[in-house]
Amino acid sequence: MKNKSAGFFEKDSTKSVISSLIAILIGLLVGLVIILIANPADALEGFLIMLTGGFQEGMLSLGDVLAYSVPVMMTGLSIAFAYKTGEFNIGVPGQYYVGAFVALLIGVKATFLPDAIAWLIAIICGGLAGALWAFVPGILKAKRNVNVVISGIMMNYVGLLLVIRGVKTFIYESTGAQSLTVSTERAIPKFGLDVIFEGSSINFGFVIAVALCIVAWIIMNKTTFGYELKATGFNKDAAKYAGMNETKAVIMSLVIAGLFAGVGGAIAYLGGTGKAIQISEVLPPEGFNGIPVALLGFSNPIGCIFASLFIAYINVGGNYMQSLNIAIEVIDIIVAVIVYFASFTLFIKLMLDKFRNSKKHKTLAAKEGGNK
Amino acid sequence: MNIVYFLFAQTLLFAIPLMIVALGGMFSERSGVVNLALEGIMIIGGFSGIFYMNFMQTNDIMHGMPLLFTALLVSAAVGCLFSMLHAFAAVNLRADQTISGTALNMLGPALGIFIAKTLQDGQQNIGFTNEFRISSVPVLSDIPVLGDLFFKNFYITTFIAIAILIISYFFLMKTKTGLRIRSCGENPQAADAAGISVYKIRYLGVGLSGILGGMGGLIYILPISTEFTCSVDGYGFLALAVLIFGNWAPLRIAGAAFFFGITKTLAYAYGSVPFLAHLALPDTVYKLIPYVATLILLAFTSKNSAAPRADGVPYDKSKR
Repeated sequence: MKNKSAGFFEKDSTKSVISSLIAILIGLLVGLVIILIANPADALEGFLIMLTGGFQEGMLSLGDVLAYSVPVMMTGLSIAFAYKTGEFNIGVPGQYYVGAFVALLIGVKATFLPDAIAWLIAIICGGLAGALWAFVPGILKAKRNVNVVISGIMMNYVGLLLVIRGVKTFIYESTGAQSLTVSTERAIPKFGLDVIFEGSSINFGFVIAVALCIVAWIIMNKTTFGYELKATGFNKDAAKYAGMNETKAVIMSLVIAGLFAGVGGAIAYLGGTGKAIQISEVLPPEGFNGIPVALLGFSNPIGCIFASLFIAYINVGGNYMQSLNIAIEVIDIIVAVIVYFASFTLFIKLMLDKFRNSKKHKTLAAKEGGNK
Repeated sequence: MNIVYFLFAQTLLFAIPLMIVALGGMFSERSGVVNLALEGIMIIGGFSGIFYMNFMQTNDIMHGMPLLFTALLVSAAVGCLFSMLHAFAAVNLRADQTISGTALNMLGPALGIFIAKTLQDGQQNIGFTNEFRISSVPVLSDIPVLGDLFFKNFYITTFIAIAILIISYFFLMKTKTGLRIRSCGENPQAADAAGISVYKIRYLGVGLSGILGGMGGLIYILPISTEFTCSVDGYGFLALAVLIFGNWAPLRIAGAAFFFGITKTLAYAYGSVPFLAHLALPDTVYKLIPYVATLILLAFTSKNSAAPRADGVPYDKSKR
């Protein structure tokens, strides 16, 4: 047991990665079976396109993967961050949407800001708006013991309705029943990324998103504050007994989570790609799509980067697959199955332990047998 | 008086599905399994019921009340089957119930749309003809006030829902099995020691949430549309809110559902209420009322919230 490889496989994080990989494998297999049933003739070709679609058109596809990953990376990070304190931040869609609205409002209307910094201020304000939206469930939980899931759901609808009202009042594009969009000069700059990933819609927002994930990881794992958050999530009463302010921990974890979601919304709508807020009372799907990202990344900020890239990758592949008349919803099914199996992490880990132990026993038994 | 009848009918359209689905969630959570999957269960239930209806109507096999009742059975059965995925994860594999519930919420609409598109040549929406509204019943409709409230232009599902409420109350509060469900949600170790199979009871709880959730999906969509788009507009999540707001108790859930129904009706029908129409407030204000009012009420009532103590905690026999 002293050798290095055994230690590697004993590590909890290794087991998490292995169980996630098993979940992904099962999800892909289920996807393949479903495609086979629905469209046997093109199934294998379609499945291959899905798996390789992220490289279909070289750097363009790869750039699209990176661009696609940004909003779900941020909403995933938001959920992951709050989950560490034991709260399920289901209010992400609302936080994401108010962030998007405030950012668009500044991007379009605040013409007194020079083009060079308008996008940055818009992103910061979008993040603050998201934080404010998460503050409400946070303070209601801390002061009045209101269940965060229900207040989050309510704040989603409040946010949605106010955003629609706000768009209609301030930044309405009357011909298309949607909001105005930022001009390319005021959009998030590309800083050369458009040269590397020619033709794709990637911009500097991707770098910001990855940087925020790393910052979140540092807060979580390298600061006293992060330790307090985790301790509160692990055992609220023990944390309080140890002199930590558990009220503050709950509020701050949700506010920071909301900030991430708001930044995600801001980046998604400041790309200068014509993405606009629609006048329809439907919550943005990017919010809920953050949930699988957080879960697949085992609520680890760095895990969220990889999980969002994976989800983006198979979605871009799924887009190409549609040319074969295979409905793109098969991607959602695959992701759902992966999440379902990811929920057994504990079980799969136990199985891995059992497997290793039985192997250990066998080798021990073999040794003993040899000695006799 | 007509305006009152109109508002009442509208309130029922919102409140009835919320109540049924929240009652379903109640059985699951009182047995100790958190059920975030209500939205997905509603969608898959609504999908299968409507799909069945579409098939029966276009092929002219069955119509009217027999069709409605069999469609409800189809929705309930498929919802139950679907919820078993959650039960298996939560009970046997001791999964994180938030995660497996989320998985079902994603799987429901994805599966529905995928099947619909595959079977209907890329067409996502499933159409149906609403032939289930009963305009009047002899004798009953002539009762003053009550006749107008309940027996004119109504859906039989309203009465089914009321029956479900009464049965749910007696089942959970007055029967042996009901007591067992409650004990498994409060203290599964003690229940197990008393010889109750915690696993079986939790399967029962989740299964009931699947049955009621599936029926709720169909009941929600029937009166308000003529096609199903594999969405129930977040009603599963609202039902979850109603469940928590109703403090996991049948009668309070009914109250919470009706509170929500009334505020939502006012939000969309304020124009036909002279007093509210004269205020001339922006429509957003009215639409916000259900959500803001719920938040405020929760802020005042949550201090003594009575969530089942073992709600969401996987039961591990070896830890007894």
